[in-house]
Amino acid sequence: MARGEPLLEVTGLRAYYGSALVVEDAEFSIGTESVAMIGRNGMGKTSLCKATVGMAPPVARGSIRFEGRELVGRPSYKICHAGIGYVPQGRRLFGSLTVDEHLRMISKRMVRRGRWSPDAVYELFPRLADRRRISGTQLSGGEQQMLAIGRALLTNPRLLLMDEPSEGLAPRIVEELIETCRTLVSEGIGLLLVEQNLGMATAVAERILVMVSGRIALETTATELTGDIEAQRRYLGVEPLATPA
Amino acid sequence: MLTRRGPALLSWLLLAFAIVWVAIKAFGQGFGISGNGPQFVITALNGVSLAALYFITASGFTLIFGLMRVVNMAHGSLYLLGGYVALDLVNHGMGWWGAMVLAALITGAVGLLVHQALLRWNQGQDLRQALITIAVATILADQMIVHFGATPSSLTPPAELANSIGLGLYHLEYPVFRLFIIGAALVVALVLWLVIRFTRFGMIVRAGVDDRAMTSSLGINVPLVFGGAFFIGAALAGLGGVMGGTILSLAPGQDDQFLLSSLVVVIVGGLGSLRGAAVGALLLGLIEQLSAVYLPQQFTNDSILLTFILLVVVLAVRPQGLFGRRT
Repeated sequence: MARGEPLLEVTGLRAYYGSALVVEDAEFSIGTESVAMIGRNGMGKTSLCKATVGMAPPVARGSIRFEGRELVGRPSYKICHAGIGYVPQGRRLFGSLTVDEHLRMISKRMVRRGRWSPDAVYELFPRLADRRRISGTQLSGGEQQMLAIGRALLTNPRLLLMDEPSEGLAPRIVEELIETCRTLVSEGIGLLLVEQNLGMATAVAERILVMVSGRIALETTATELTGDIEAQRRYLGVEPLATPA
Repeated sequence: MLTRRGPALLSWLLLAFAIVWVAIKAFGQGFGISGNGPQFVITALNGVSLAALYFITASGFTLIFGLMRVVNMAHGSLYLLGGYVALDLVNHGMGWWGAMVLAALITGAVGLLVHQALLRWNQGQDLRQALITIAVATILADQMIVHFGATPSSLTPPAELANSIGLGLYHLEYPVFRLFIIGAALVVALVLWLVIRFTRFGMIVRAGVDDRAMTSSLGINVPLVFGGAFFIGAALAGLGGVMGGTILSLAPGQDDQFLLSSLVVVIVGGLGSLRGAAVGALLLGLIEQLSAVYLPQQFTNDSILLTFILLVVVLAVRPQGLFGRRT
């Protein structure tokens, strides 16, 4: 399904918290495309994200190759330099920094290597431009998410890893977020979207990976999944989408 | 509501009483030259210049302990090391100014070495860091006795700062060097504030303190940046040691004293707050000097206790320190 060369190739990935195995032989590869990964709480999605960007804990074993280069065991900052941008669950903005400082703290070397500069981010999210001097954590939920995305974009990644960006956002804001994701993908960025919100996942990506108990249990498509109410119940454990798109 | 009303009221009354007490003692016989006014001016200036010395030393500590949360119990040793290195350099024929700069840089390098070799593996593990740095402090203290002896010694201020100048008040004269320390403290405060507030380095240090893992995943080599901040903090301790070695003395035990004063300043002022460190240093310096002179005769020996009363009062009223953030 992946178009062209695989951008990210995960093989035999395991992740541990102490002796607890949270990701077990995860295997998948994605190209410069948008892929959504869904699954219930506690299935290992966030652990997989953390393992990919080199955040410990968890401890990762196995192989994650990005553009052919092995990432497992490399420090987090080098993985970012290699070209993976991370939008973490819960945004994780810096309380001591203003909006503008969130963008200006990124190294010039990474800012210069692509199209994303602070000005370009303000153009994408004009609402942030009006709030430059405010502390990042005083923004509204939607604005915080914009800042978390803008901050990751400034590192000019080739792959953007977003962990539950729709969490806690109003439906109208989620719609805006979907638009933003589509725009980014159309500009040629790879997107791995980890979501519990099936509506958002299927709106952004056609290719869907389903994670169950630390494994990629199923690969399917948005069209197929929206039509299969039984599968939605089984893999997400929530009420299915009211109207299959 | 973090400020507690009862203790707060009590501590304001205490402060008011102390000010009135000192004012009566100092100016009770009028403001003329025959009264106690001149003594008060000199004592107050001594307090402020001691506070400046405390601030220079503690500003490094607020960076290392307050901001980066590295429990560095060797800060006092770095202070004393800075002084001794400068003394050694002067004894080998170097001028005071060159010795000051070089001693600060060497102390910074020693601090950086301790950080990179021993501390950065234990980030966030307070007890381990405390034990490791206590070990470093003990080793450094012994080694300094071996190399520099246990007899108190001191540095001579540079010729251009060695004189006294008239204050234009009560025909008093005051050592230029002590005034120079006050100026140096102001410069240190301004530069540190500018660096933390406005440079990318400062932003990264603040971000790294908030969320280290997230900062790293934005492509920033956090241990390297923290190493840089540790260097600056240690160099400031060394700088304090050169100043302190010039107005006070260099001797075993000074290391513990300045670790203690730095702890008091940073805890009173609030962890990580530069303004807090300035106010804390001023309170500590003034209380030490004024209490030595103005306490009733039979209590003079207890003046050291007032330092801890300050600590207790501040912690009772504002547990996060005067300018500390709530955590």
